[in-house]
Amino acid sequence: MANTHAPRTGSRIRARRLDLGLRQADLAQMAGISPSYLNLIEHDKRRIAGRLLADISLALQTEPGLLTDGAERTVLEAMQRAASEWEPGLAEVAKADELAARYPGWAGLIAAQAARINALETRAQMLTDRITYDPDLATALHGVISAVTAIRSTASILTSDEKIDAEWQQRFHRNIHDDAVRLAAESDALVTYFDAPDAGAGVPLSPLEEVEAVLDACGWHLDAIEAGQPATDLSRNLRKPAQEVFDTWAAVYARDAAALPIPEVEAAIAKHGYDLWGLASALGGDLAQVMRRLASLPATAGRPPMGLVLCDAGGFPTLLKQIPDFAFPRGTACPLWPVFTALGQAGRPIISEVAIPGHPQTRLTCWAIAQTVGDAQADRPPLLQATMLVMADSAPGQGPAVPVGVSCRICPRTGCAARREPSALGTAPADPL
Amino acid sequence: MGKRVLLIEDEPNIIEAISFILSRDGFTVHTHEDGTTAMDKLATQLPDMIILDVMLPGRSGYDILRDVRATPETADLPVMMLTARGQTKDREMAERLGATLFLTKPFSNTEVRDHVRRLIGS
Repeated sequence: MANTHAPRTGSRIRARRLDLGLRQADLAQMAGISPSYLNLIEHDKRRIAGRLLADISLALQTEPGLLTDGAERTVLEAMQRAASEWEPGLAEVAKADELAARYPGWAGLIAAQAARINALETRAQMLTDRITYDPDLATALHGVISAVTAIRSTASILTSDEKIDAEWQQRFHRNIHDDAVRLAAESDALVTYFDAPDAGAGVPLSPLEEVEAVLDACGWHLDAIEAGQPATDLSRNLRKPAQEVFDTWAAVYARDAAALPIPEVEAAIAKHGYDLWGLASALGGDLAQVMRRLASLPATAGRPPMGLVLCDAGGFPTLLKQIPDFAFPRGTACPLWPVFTALGQAGRPIISEVAIPGHPQTRLTCWAIAQTVGDAQADRPPLLQATMLVMADSAPGQGPAVPVGVSCRICPRTGCAARREPSALGTAPADPL
Repeated sequence: MGKRVLLIEDEPNIIEAISFILSRDGFTVHTHEDGTTAMDKLATQLPDMIILDVMLPGRSGYDILRDVRATPETADLPVMMLTARGQTKDREMAERLGATLFLTKPFSNTEVRDHVRRLIGS
């Protein structure tokens, strides 16, 4: 009988066993059961509880609750990322899952604080860059320092012991007055600069993140545009750079909605399910357009969550729709994700099943394609944009999946040719994939 | 006539103050406000030293300094750079391009006068 109560317990046992480098036969012997029975448990075909669960937990050096309930992956990844930012060995990274399972509140707090620190550091860097490179600020500061220099130099002449002609005295007094007026104006400009609303706390860090937050809030489904109206209600409160990003996305959305109306998409889904090739064939749109349309459908019962990545030719995600089990960091993503493969094979559709480290039973199906965007220009290479749609695989195949990670710093995989930098987590004794 | 100082600076009141203190000290001060034509000015009126602001309209003081050092007639002139930026990288840039001295605004009159005296004599 299939275990419907805790369908992931077996998967967690298997993952933990592989992490410890144990063979199925070893663990079965330690728990006093047959390897074939353990095999059924690991494939979630037998319920496990009570004494047997306690024995297996003991053999796996973990808590029963961790095996039955697991820990929120996003929290775990955030904790691992937090540990990777500090001195190696400072935190017991290998026990992050145990901590998360035993004390989910504390784990959530660590994750939230780490995210907050990252956000503040990024913001501090942005402000530093702004102060260093902003031409408006450089001009304002130059004006202030020039006025101060002139006042200091002129006042010094006036207060020196040496006699000065009355005409020169009058001239220098006038100069000091003029510079003082200028200094007041420049100071006002500086105060205004630093009081600007976008320097306030709590503002999203980048225009892209600001737009993604708005789209996340509405499930990436824009009712107004579906009804042929502008989505000004959503963009009204965005800062200007974010508004530009939003308007670009809204224009794409409007074209997609006109080309592929929801009733047609729903009809195609009813016939082909969520098979992208079948849907693209039925709908006639280009693949990237079908991917964007699927990711923008309203949430309904039975519809799987769908993530979306738009990526430029430099590999930078220009828009990200995250879903549970799909954490795609901006700037440090694992290069094995199919969206990057697509960039190297422009025009070729790619479908790939990927697996996440530490969770061998969780598979994601990814469809990706890279296409040229914009008008061709004779003296420049074509601009490429890759699009990737991601869905949790409801019936993961037994075949090999591409072993992607989130980013190298928190990836425990060994022997990965794509690794950019050492993992801060150490490596697992046995790579599940 | 005293030693000639060419002051290339675009702030009129700074020009007036520096000109006053150096003139009072016996130097002959010529001034020029535009970065683009600064080398033309040097070609027609060779000074004994240059006081050169970094942020100038048209062309930066660094660009002018580079040309000064590349021009045989001016290559050996003492050049004192003035800038509102006191950061290390700016100082390094000035030194790399061959500035004789680097003075950060706001400076004191005494500093300016003493440096000029030291570089070309009173």
